[in-house]
Amino acid sequence: MKNVTITINGAEQQAQVEPRLLLVHYLREVAGLTGTHIGCETSLCGACTVLMDGRAVKSCTVLAVQADGHKIGTVEGLANGGQLHAIQEGFWEEHGLQCGFCTPGMLMCSHDLLAQHPSPTDSEIREAINGNLCRCTGYEHIVNAVKSAARKMTKRVSARAA
Amino acid sequence: MIPVNFDYESPSTLAEALKLLASREDAKVLAGGHSLLPAMKLRLAQPALLVDIGRIAGLSYIRESNDQILVGAMTTHADIASSKLLQRSSPLLSQAATQIGDTQVRNRGTIGGSLAQAHPGADYPAAVLALDAQIIAAGPSGERVIAATAFFVGMFTTALRPDEIITEVRVPKTENESVVYKKHHHPASGYAVVGVAVRLKVSGGKIESAALGLSGVSQNAYRATAVEKALRGKPVAAIREAAAHAAENIEALGDYYASAEYRKHLATVMTRRALEQAASGAAK
Repeated sequence: MKNVTITINGAEQQAQVEPRLLLVHYLREVAGLTGTHIGCETSLCGACTVLMDGRAVKSCTVLAVQADGHKIGTVEGLANGGQLHAIQEGFWEEHGLQCGFCTPGMLMCSHDLLAQHPSPTDSEIREAINGNLCRCTGYEHIVNAVKSAARKMTKRVSARAA
Repeated sequence: MIPVNFDYESPSTLAEALKLLASREDAKVLAGGHSLLPAMKLRLAQPALLVDIGRIAGLSYIRESNDQILVGAMTTHADIASSKLLQRSSPLLSQAATQIGDTQVRNRGTIGGSLAQAHPGADYPAAVLALDAQIIAAGPSGERVIAATAFFVGMFTTALRPDEIITEVRVPKTENESVVYKKHHHPASGYAVVGVAVRLKVSGGKIESAALGLSGVSQNAYRATAVEKALRGKPVAAIREAAAHAAENIEALGDYYASAEYRKHLATVMTRRALEQAASGAAK
């Protein structure tokens, strides 16, 4: 067993884990945060995407011990109190989900994209979410949702700057 | 999917890592983990000890040194893809990195890990071959330089010894050459069915030098020396005929997606397209 200290959504947590414990299992079973979904568990579908030090990673392909000392962001950390994050609003308003299974991963991957490219083109969005599979929407609404989120975030940043 | 249990160490120095690696016969190096962890989950790999080199400081960098660019082994595909220095001075590596996997894979996967894995459909092998890159390996008796052209020896097999760790990849600056990486993605896995890396120097309408690395076609990436020979000193118009030699004397892989025959044909088509693109870039 190994001791790990992982900061999840801003809160530091300590636990003893087996080295083979995957980060996604740590999040769901040890930290009790079940918003991160397990899809394929073979690093293909992207449902388990979380942020590791701000960058999108598939938490089924990271060991919890590798996350020791790092900052993890999950879907539970997006909303601020009752106020949804602009990315969540975008998915809500543009019908970016149907069954919702892929959504947490889509949201976290979009978060990484928008942090680096505040105004992405359609093809940049499609390229960025290439590792996230959605079997319901056909992606059109997801791309619209990310674009909508980008507009909201840019507006909020410029409002804050003014 | 949960791997078989294993011991885990995350040393903070390279010396410690090398010692740990030598301490057990079934120890493996963990870099970004994007080849090894999936293999362990499928129990295709069952190392008894993982030596995580992710906590060793100073293995992730991209910097200039005279006529070379030095890339630390733990540099991620994402950092290689977005490096302004590489894009300006040796863009072939960035072009290859851009086409690896997806966003999340590029955020974790590393160049050292990918080269050591030597997947037949990986992208970097073609690029480092075309670049005549040098791969630096640290071992119990010090450091050695392995030429990329001597590195890939078989499927998932390299010249790296079991007690060695890749620390750096050195690529030349190619500012006066035209480079292109062209890839036919496998639609599901994203690996290269065929990947062609081209480095071309054209002067006065004639091809002064050409270097080509091919991935995906056979057990391991290779230099298409027959194509290079057919291009040297010839006008750009020689490309079409030269490209036909892309898989000459190569034993091609075949599977349900791409038969050996199809792969060999694809290799010639992709080689021609890569060369034509490089030549049109060079003409500007």
